[in-house]
Amino acid sequence: MSNPQQLRYSKEHEWLSAAEDGVATVGITEFAANALGDVVYAQLPEVGTTVTEGETCGELESTKSVSDLYSPVSGEITEINQDVVDDPALVNTAPFEGGWLFKVRIAQEPKDLLSADEYTEFSGS
Amino acid sequence: MSSNAAPLTPRRTALDALHRVLGATMTDFAGWDMPLRYGSERDEHIAVRTKAGLFDLSHMGEITVTGPQAGRLLDHALVGNLSSVGVGRARYTMICRADGGILDDLIVYRLGESEYMVVANASNAQVVLDALTERAAGFDAAVRDDRDAYALLAIQGPESPGILKSLTDAGLEGLKYYAGLPGTVAGVPALIARTGYTGEDGFELFVSPADAEKLWQALTEAGSSAGLVPCGLSCRDTLRLEAGMPLYGHELSTSLTPFDAGLGRVVKFEKEGDFVGREALAEAASRAQENPPRVLVGLIAEGRRVPRAGYPVVAGGEVVGEVTSGAPSPTLGKPIAMAYVDAEHAAPGTPGVGVDIRGSHEPYEVVALPFYKRRK
Repeated sequence: MSNPQQLRYSKEHEWLSAAEDGVATVGITEFAANALGDVVYAQLPEVGTTVTEGETCGELESTKSVSDLYSPVSGEITEINQDVVDDPALVNTAPFEGGWLFKVRIAQEPKDLLSADEYTEFSGS
Repeated sequence: MSSNAAPLTPRRTALDALHRVLGATMTDFAGWDMPLRYGSERDEHIAVRTKAGLFDLSHMGEITVTGPQAGRLLDHALVGNLSSVGVGRARYTMICRADGGILDDLIVYRLGESEYMVVANASNAQVVLDALTERAAGFDAAVRDDRDAYALLAIQGPESPGILKSLTDAGLEGLKYYAGLPGTVAGVPALIARTGYTGEDGFELFVSPADAEKLWQALTEAGSSAGLVPCGLSCRDTLRLEAGMPLYGHELSTSLTPFDAGLGRVVKFEKEGDFVGREALAEAASRAQENPPRVLVGLIAEGRRVPRAGYPVVAGGEVVGEVTSGAPSPTLGKPIAMAYVDAEHAAPGTPGVGVDIRGSHEPYEVVALPFYKRRK
């Protein structure tokens, strides 16, 4: 598995895309998706709410467990991925693409994110 | 440190190298490093329901009991009537403490007139071995630890009889559910048992660890065109949950008697002689009649959040029970759970029952177990 170079990563295994017009996309990494197993339910933050870097903003349920979702950045939610709400397995099959979770208007540049190479080393993935 | 504590380095089965080649996600289970899943656990689950799945269950604990009084020893040590089991048949039973608490649930195979094999859960195998050894005092019977003598492979699912038949001359047609016979599969000597923990037809094959890899490869090859896939413990858990089968540590524990677990039928008071726990179990049986304990029920979610073991069952804002196992059910497409619920809320269809899922009360339908029963 390889972690896309153009993304930045949190130690809670979320990824953050480069912002376009101030809005960036968030998902979980392939490493995290594999560790979770089949995701069956995604509770995502609501559009219009604000999320804070490093704080929980939702949860992902898999067969064996439920995991908190942490936001890698602070800002306002502008969109959630309805495809993932309808078919959570997308998180497993395409974590870096069709399985993205939400978009956020960045209020503040995140402080603690890793580069792809740093995350690869951190996760051993 | 007690003798049954998990070792620091997990034990590996004879199929360990193969699991790694297959890319399994491994997990520590009762001190063993076991395959959790190979790919998608949901796909593995569905393969067992519709085609076939192959499991490594070598962590299960085999204990052999031999001797002229082997049957009488087991009648004394366990709650069932094992001396009445015919040669070649198997029985689901339990071993209890003197106070009636369940030490483990077991499958006992009668291999010969004076030979039985007791199969215990991995987490309890040492406890069961110790209890049987202690309870054997005064009987003309020997208790032998055979945990290292066997690897255990299970092939489960509707295609499993056809797949197995292509590899053995053993008379599978005559082999009923809960029966076992010695035979040869793919050239490997095996005890072939028609048992399982999935709710499907299937077989469990007890073989020498030295033969395990050869047998796994042969089954994989013979089953590939029928859709057989390797399966991990994750789907085994959802399969048994749908089938309403209890799991020790979840639905069963030392703080419950078989009557509390709704499994009083495994206790055979009519058998000859005394047995460990008789007095306490007789009291538990009459207590259960006069004052029904919590009932093990099924719960089906109306929403999508998944109940987990330990979550409170609620009704009218009050706690009326506790979830013992919960998972998203691939067959039903909804979250399901087993739970112990106060008798007045346990009838199927009881309105107003929910599960407290991390602070929010989610509505659940009370149903009778099992959730899934195969068509015969």
